[in-house]
Amino acid sequence: MAMHPCTRVMLGLSCLLVALWLVAPTLVVVPMSFNGNKSLAFPPVGFSWQWYENFVSNPEWSTSFFNSLKVALIVAVLATVLGTLAAFGLDRMKARTAGLLRMLLLTPMVVPGVVLAIGIYAVYLDTQLVGTLTGFVLAHTILALPFVLIAVQASLEVFDKRLETAAASLGAGRLATFRTVTLPLIAPGILSGLLFAFATSFDEIIVSLFITNPYLKTLPVQIFSSITRDADPTVAAVGTILLCATTILIGGGLFLMGRERRGNL
Amino acid sequence: MNPNSPTRGAAIDLQNVSKAYGSFRALDGVSLHVEPGEFMTLLGPSGSGKTTTLNVVAGFTEVSSGALQVGGRSVVGVPAHKRNIGVVFQHYALFPHMTVGKNVAYPLSLRGVSKAERERRVAQALDMVKMRDFAHRYPSELSGGQQQRVAFARAIVFDPPLLLMDEPLGALDKKLREWLQLEIKRIHRELGTTFVYVTHDQEEALVLSDRIAVFNKGRIEQVGTGRELYDEPKTLFVGRFIGDSTVLRGQARSDGTSTALDVAGQTVTVPRRLDGSDTPVVLLRPEKLAIRRPGQMADTHNRLSGTIAEAIYLGSGSKYEVRLRDGSSAIVRSGLSEEGFRIDDPVELCFAGQDAKLLADDKSADATLT
Amino acid sequence: MSTSDTRSDSGAASRARRNWGPLALALPALLLLVGVIGYPLFTVVLRSLSQPEWGLQNYIWFFGTPVNLVVLQRTFTISAWVTLVCVVAAYPYAYAMTAVGPKARLLLTLCVLIPFWVSGVVRTLAWVILLQDSGVINSTLRALDLGRLRLIRTQTGVVIGMAQVLLPFMILPLYSVMKGIDLRLVQASRSLGASPLRAFFTVYLPLSLPGVYAGAIIVFILALGFYITPALLGGPRSTMLSTLVQNQVLSLLQWGRGGAMGVVLLLATFILLALAGPLMRQKHKQGARS
Repeated sequence: MAMHPCTRVMLGLSCLLVALWLVAPTLVVVPMSFNGNKSLAFPPVGFSWQWYENFVSNPEWSTSFFNSLKVALIVAVLATVLGTLAAFGLDRMKARTAGLLRMLLLTPMVVPGVVLAIGIYAVYLDTQLVGTLTGFVLAHTILALPFVLIAVQASLEVFDKRLETAAASLGAGRLATFRTVTLPLIAPGILSGLLFAFATSFDEIIVSLFITNPYLKTLPVQIFSSITRDADPTVAAVGTILLCATTILIGGGLFLMGRERRGNL
Repeated sequence: MNPNSPTRGAAIDLQNVSKAYGSFRALDGVSLHVEPGEFMTLLGPSGSGKTTTLNVVAGFTEVSSGALQVGGRSVVGVPAHKRNIGVVFQHYALFPHMTVGKNVAYPLSLRGVSKAERERRVAQALDMVKMRDFAHRYPSELSGGQQQRVAFARAIVFDPPLLLMDEPLGALDKKLREWLQLEIKRIHRELGTTFVYVTHDQEEALVLSDRIAVFNKGRIEQVGTGRELYDEPKTLFVGRFIGDSTVLRGQARSDGTSTALDVAGQTVTVPRRLDGSDTPVVLLRPEKLAIRRPGQMADTHNRLSGTIAEAIYLGSGSKYEVRLRDGSSAIVRSGLSEEGFRIDDPVELCFAGQDAKLLADDKSADATLT
Repeated sequence: MSTSDTRSDSGAASRARRNWGPLALALPALLLLVGVIGYPLFTVVLRSLSQPEWGLQNYIWFFGTPVNLVVLQRTFTISAWVTLVCVVAAYPYAYAMTAVGPKARLLLTLCVLIPFWVSGVVRTLAWVILLQDSGVINSTLRALDLGRLRLIRTQTGVVIGMAQVLLPFMILPLYSVMKGIDLRLVQASRSLGASPLRAFFTVYLPLSLPGVYAGAIIVFILALGFYITPALLGGPRSTMLSTLVQNQVLSLLQWGRGGAMGVVLLLATFILLALAGPLMRQKHKQGARS
């Protein structure tokens, strides 16, 4: 569509503003993380690596980081397996039943976090799951499951089931067909589900705030309590590390995807 | 693959095969015998049961009742992947995540063929479809026609005694289709495998087949060579489906040896009679009808008056649709040397009684050129 | 009878499998759902009706206490503002994503996805640093001698922060709908004599509305339940319902009252979703047509 130059400039400008608004505020954690003072006041004073050192050496921070990593890894695998199985199940059901079950399985996405959190907290108090690895894993898995379901269902939807018929005609049994045709073709969906599940768990804070205890804290909980307790620039250091890691992962992923698509055209 | 043995194809035998989906009978008592090495085409309009028949033979669909033998042994209940039958689909069905070479090697890997042997046979199959240079490409990098040739190689590489094709050229344009038809014929000759080919395109069926089975509403109307179906159709449906035809309807009177029909106020006589039907119709092939200006035809017994409704120049001659007085239309072909007519010209059509087929009316509508 | 229905009809044995196999595949996920979502939510409802004693007392208390109603109304107001800000900001952005070349699109996509994936807590922390009285904005204003702006612990601050966190949820559905709009339709209407503005309002906007609805509903619902951002950026005058729920349960140990508030929030969410249903369906129809 041909655009009036004036419209074009306005569109470009509003885009720039929105992009800045999306990205720039978060970048403020980068200068803060090198603050010489123990303060989050702007502008930072001096330069030091001490908050990064603190993140690595202070057990409160490093332990919570490894806790998050552990929980998120288990959740990623568990949610991916359960979500993929469910997606296959729904795919082979009658449309009505599948639609209903899908809606049910997606509820964790829309239930307000705090309502869910007090419910899970109440149940965990009764079953002694507060502050346990099992507790965290179970709660995060059900929260991550919808993302896996959506991702795998999306790739099953574009998967051409006639290829399975073709494989059968060439001599492949059910298992061989699944292994050599179905699985490789929906692998991108499963992989993106896995990533989403990992990120969901690694970021989860509301339920975690309720079911945490001094023995088991995850990183977001540690960040939250640090922000509310004092102005410790370590949070800025953690934020910077997470920001870098995410950028590299997403950027790399998009780059690979783009290259693969070009290769297949 | 051993192109030198002529009868290495499997026979197919369907006996009284039915397939119902709920109350819908997709196949209604189909019986068909295909000789080893034969090129059999299943021809019919969509929903007539030809694809269901192919799916039944391939094992994609289980029969509701009836017997089915491939290569002399019953395959009822045998899953598709154990039938050892090659299938070429209309939508190619190449695996998008594998290269052309991997696609063609796929059935061989499943059968545990050694790597060296696999490579040799893949190369041979790709040679046969003239796609050897493309072995390292992905399907998405190929045109439709190239993809279908790869699909073809993949379906024959494991030496199946029977190859099923479900409208394999349906998605391609006319030029490419005609060229690939010749390729398919060549490969059939070289392989000696039994081919079963599904299409709704009667021209394609005539070009390719040894014999054609015409399907209608879940049943087989007639099986025969193209010539048999064209010259001696057993039903009006077959007569109309194969080739162009003119159908004359009218009040019929039969005596001992011939039938007279009142068509649009004129009487035509056919030296045959049809038992068991009160309403016989006359079927005429375009080349059996002569077309003249009124009064130019001297002394033929059967003549019909009408006007030109549509004229199509074919290069090798012309094709006319003639509107008869009762509103029905007739299709006529005339040679290049003959005189040309223009739309709305009054004409007369003439034919010899013995060239007309007398068939039972199945109430199917008239065909037109357009 | 295409070849696609092959798997589904291979005999009576598999027909029995067909009924139970798929359900068995989905069963583990469903069990987890019942145990970790269904049962806890049931507990919340139960406690709202039974603690400290059976009855509707907690709901009577909730709707009889002016402060609660103020917070409830504020929760909806803030969510509405956040949604509005998101729609206004996301619309041109998503359109630009469909209109630019592949390189620029990649950049625009990165700008959406990176914040989307960066921990919400970190992004809220960034807003705290920016908006606080000694933050970037106020330092700048002070340096320019322009006085001081109260941003942290105000509704404005909460809306700015929440809208930024939720913006990707608006942009992504909007983009996916706009991507499917056939621009030839706009050209067609231009060739029929419509001015660019008219072509936009009569053709493009209506076609993009399903994306607006979908994004707006997601943003509004997520905003209703927001907890972290208002808790860190907000003050007593910008408390949202979630904070109140947390306060009742963790600080006051009033499970009944907290539960009742939670049920109100939950019901509001589900009613909105139910109302949104027809709009969502419209989106599907549109998708099938294009």
